[in-house]
Amino acid sequence: MYNGGKVVAALVVFAVIITSPFLINIGKAVEAPQLSLNTPVINQMSDKKCVESAEFMRTEHMQMLNDWRDQVVRNGETVYVSSSEQEFEMSLENSCLKCHSNKQEFCDSCHTYAQVDPYCWDCHTDTKGAGQ
Amino acid sequence: MDRRSFLKLLAVTGVGGVAVFEGINQFGATEAAEIKKSSKALQGKHWGMVIDVSKFQNAEDFKRIAKACHTYHNVPDIGDPKQEIKWIWQDDFEHTFAELESSYLSEKIKQQQFPVLCNHCESPACVRVCPTKATFKRDDGIVAMDYHRCIGCRFCMAACPFGARSFNFFDPRPYIKEINPEIPTRTKGVVEKCTFCVERLDKGLRPLCEEASHGGIVFGDLDDPNSEVRKVLGENFSIRRKVELGTGPSIYYIFGGGGQSA
Repeated sequence: MYNGGKVVAALVVFAVIITSPFLINIGKAVEAPQLSLNTPVINQMSDKKCVESAEFMRTEHMQMLNDWRDQVVRNGETVYVSSSEQEFEMSLENSCLKCHSNKQEFCDSCHTYAQVDPYCWDCHTDTKGAGQ
Repeated sequence: MDRRSFLKLLAVTGVGGVAVFEGINQFGATEAAEIKKSSKALQGKHWGMVIDVSKFQNAEDFKRIAKACHTYHNVPDIGDPKQEIKWIWQDDFEHTFAELESSYLSEKIKQQQFPVLCNHCESPACVRVCPTKATFKRDDGIVAMDYHRCIGCRFCMAACPFGARSFNFFDPRPYIKEINPEIPTRTKGVVEKCTFCVERLDKGLRPLCEEASHGGIVFGDLDDPNSEVRKVLGENFSIRRKVELGTGPSIYYIFGGGGQSA
């Protein structure tokens, strides 16, 4: 190989530069976001429960909201009967955000951490009337 | 590998792939026991409206219904008529009933303004042209919009003979004085229009313009012979806008007696 030494050296430098974000952050795990449940409505609840279990909501809320949207908008079906037989109105504004009135500390903290930018908030507003 | 074993392998991987895909898909299921309509929801087969023009005599009558509708539904007040968003507004006889044009209209009719809104047609042109089915017709006759699907092509605006649709050329939020937190706003690049207060009907409430009209607007099921709208239509001469186009508007206009403002 012509200029073998230089090529290998350049390759090593290239590999280091490419992997530098990982090398720099080795061993420095960013803390998982802490979700705040400190809102007036939630504080008043004796049994602090969402429409489904917390684990289910954590992993499936996006799929659930998609289903809710289609049911409400296209079929006019507005009532969700949960697996525990409780009835809820399927509405981001009038159900989810009534309890989770702290969008910044609840929704946004995870979304920002995971770098997802759901376009829900282009139209749907948080309760203060200033959805971002 | 010979042809025979290659085909066998292909079949096995294909079946296996489908099985794995189905397994993954299982996780997406919602846990709901049931999803249903509210027991309070108003039931109808063909919602319609009768507007008594005689109850709309001064500017205040129009302002009241438009304000009730627009503040509740977060309709922005942009001001510029080229970019304005409107769900319910007013127009004169010549523009509302263009096909009834006459050189010898009475002065009273020439002066009269008419409340106009989406006609929730029986065979809506906007639904036919929508490429994404964002605009669709519900079983109860309401021409509804799914803003999530709207791509802003504006075919529906071109198709609608009543000019009932408005386009959001920019983010409407800065033009909404006070956002009603119970109703979403719209966003840049979607078309919007009157919804016949569909979200209120699904909760058992009646349309806001009817409530604000002091009896000038009657809402009800045109398919039900005992409904209030059918009673009013049975007792009065009524006209609809541009029936010759065959879209079948569900908004009827009557020229009731009295001539008194509501």
